[in-house]
Amino acid sequence: MDEWRIPIGVWVEDAIDWVQDTFQPVFAFIRDVLIAAYEQLSSLLELSPFWVMVLLLGVLGWLVRGWRFGVVGAAALLLIQFVDQWENAMQTLALVTIAVVVATIVAIPIGIVAARSRIVSNAVRPVLDFMQTMPPLVYLIPAVVLFRVGVVPGMIATVIFAVPPGIRLTELGIRQVDAEVVEAGHAFGSTPGSILRNIQLPLALVTIMAGINQVIMLSLSMVVLAGFVGAPGLGQQVLSAISRLDVGLGVEAGLSVVILAIYLDRVTAALGARSAVARLEQTA
Amino acid sequence: MLRVVAPGVANRAVPGRRYDPECPAQCTGYAAYARADPSRAVPERKVIVAAIRTEGLYKVFGRRADEAVRRLQEGASREDVIPLGATPAVIDVTFDVKPGEIFVVMGLSGSGKSTLIRTLNGLLIPTAGHVYVGGDDIAALNPAALRTLRRDQMSMVFQHFALLPHRTVLENAAYPLKVRGLKKDERAAKARDALAMVGLDGWEDKLPQQLSGGMRQRVGLARALAAETDIMLMDEAFSALDPLIRREMQDQLLELQQRLAKTIVFITHDLNEAMRLGDRIAMMRAGRIVQIDTAEAILRKPANDYVAQFVQDVDRTRVLTAATVMEPVGDGALERGQPTVSPGTMLADVFSLSAQSPLPVAVVDDDRRLVGVIRRETLLSSMAAGDVAPTELTAEGEVTHG
Ligand SMILES: Nc1ncnc2c1ncn2[C@@H]1O[C@H](COP(=O)(O)OP(=O)(O)OP(=O)(O)O)[C@@H](O)[C@H]1O
Ligand SMILES: [Mg+2]
Repeated sequence: MDEWRIPIGVWVEDAIDWVQDTFQPVFAFIRDVLIAAYEQLSSLLELSPFWVMVLLLGVLGWLVRGWRFGVVGAAALLLIQFVDQWENAMQTLALVTIAVVVATIVAIPIGIVAARSRIVSNAVRPVLDFMQTMPPLVYLIPAVVLFRVGVVPGMIATVIFAVPPGIRLTELGIRQVDAEVVEAGHAFGSTPGSILRNIQLPLALVTIMAGINQVIMLSLSMVVLAGFVGAPGLGQQVLSAISRLDVGLGVEAGLSVVILAIYLDRVTAALGARSAVARLEQTA
Repeated sequence: MLRVVAPGVANRAVPGRRYDPECPAQCTGYAAYARADPSRAVPERKVIVAAIRTEGLYKVFGRRADEAVRRLQEGASREDVIPLGATPAVIDVTFDVKPGEIFVVMGLSGSGKSTLIRTLNGLLIPTAGHVYVGGDDIAALNPAALRTLRRDQMSMVFQHFALLPHRTVLENAAYPLKVRGLKKDERAAKARDALAMVGLDGWEDKLPQQLSGGMRQRVGLARALAAETDIMLMDEAFSALDPLIRREMQDQLLELQQRLAKTIVFITHDLNEAMRLGDRIAMMRAGRIVQIDTAEAILRKPANDYVAQFVQDVDRTRVLTAATVMEPVGDGALERGQPTVSPGTMLADVFSLSAQSPLPVAVVDDDRRLVGVIRRETLLSSMAAGDVAPTELTAEGEVTHG
């Protein structure tokens, strides 16, 4: 049977080799930029004393959701410090933040173009399906080949895994805007760019924010896997807990991921709900 | 009391259609005014070019649209092409809208009115045929030229309002001016004026969601008015209004029309509204225009049973004028105590006069010269559907000249 095998794997390897050789400077550049961004952000987060961070995040929670969430959020974050995972959590937060920023920068323009063009939409959809259903660990392999071991392949794999809902919900949000309202923009002679900025994006904002919220959640779930390729943070801890069968460490690191995830989810969800349109839907 | 009375002498003395401040808002409908003297139906301009013109216009939705158009052009019916997967919404429509005219499009739900009006400003691209606005073929304009045309010359009132839900009432009304690049306070001032015109002063800072349906429709109206364009496309612009406000808005539109002589394409499925506003009415059925005529002509000579059925419920006393039912009199003297009306008087008002006097109602022109008389019999028979031309009645011997 062996001679009948379709050598997809070999083709992909060849393709990756070719890409690596041809675009080496590009990958080196991306790598340098991402490493620099990560180091800046993680050192900023780590260097601040934990109580300053807890206080800041607590106040942020209070501002966007109310005092109760602020207090509970701060207490939960404090728990991370008390299981001695604070530094790891901050490294993870830095990694997630950069991955989410990159994913958002990629997702929104693609979502906008897909919303305007059936052809692009039809071309993008299967790619997104592929990205979401491929076991995420698989991305790590070419990512390591192209970007070498460390924080960058972890970030890249995280972005690839997390970006689809950002694109999908941006497209959906824009398509859902009442066609007659968009027509009104055209009927009074607005340019497509002005219609996008003044009508479509503001009215799609709630849905786009829901997409970014999804991006954040997926990033956090991917970040543990990023530990496999040497990304620092809570993922590393989980990994070493597995290799040593250390249940205690595993639970502590896992719990820290959950606390971060819930905190970020609630804060971003609240930010989405604070947009003008969402408020307007509540009054309606 | 909202009641349409014939244009008074003061009003009829105004040449053309300049605004007469002595005439209160509900005193004259331009359509009635123009009907009273057909020479006034078109404003006095040197060259009369159509403001909007369509030629063999087709809009077919769905699959195999071009194939459907080809078959329709070869004489197939709408039903014949539906199995192709096509939905013909507008079929072979040709008309001219004259500058300064209120052109009403009437038809049942689904007859293609909204689709038609959307092709006029290029929101929809015709499947076949042409739309000309001021001489430009809409489909041939590049996007920038089309935007300029829409921004500077055409505004639109949408059937479902199409307000920006995240903007206040004032911002909505000012939207066309913002697009045009006016300064903030300048556009706010104009938008406030437009909102006041539709009776929405005091609501500027509310969001559309906080308004009732009728109020939202008026915001849409104010938005189109604020644009101050020569051409207005109004898709069932009054459909959500209660009868009183609706009447008021109709009067305002007519008054505005007398003052500014805009070119208006007005869609409605209320025949009384059509007759009241329209200089001419296009009757649409299943995508085709079956008749284009003045209100009176449609009442008197419906093109087919469909139109006849449509018009049977209309209040004829508010459409027909004294001039259309009177028996012309070459010359003659007024009898003492004989009630008089001007040729443009609505029959509704002739009725009450006729009831008060045993003598026939005299129709007199501006110089109080007798031009015709209306007997009670004539008045009553004019209420029947079909042709009510007095000459015909005379020929049948039902009415004899005294
Ligand atoms: N975007 C579209 N896609 C497919 N079919 C459409 C579209 N818009 C309209 N139609 C079809 O075209 C026909 C005419 O619709 P249109 O909205 O022009 O009717 P209308 O006369 O404005 O009706 P109403 O009085 O209910 O507003 C209908 O059969 C409708 O289903
Ligand atoms: Mg319609």
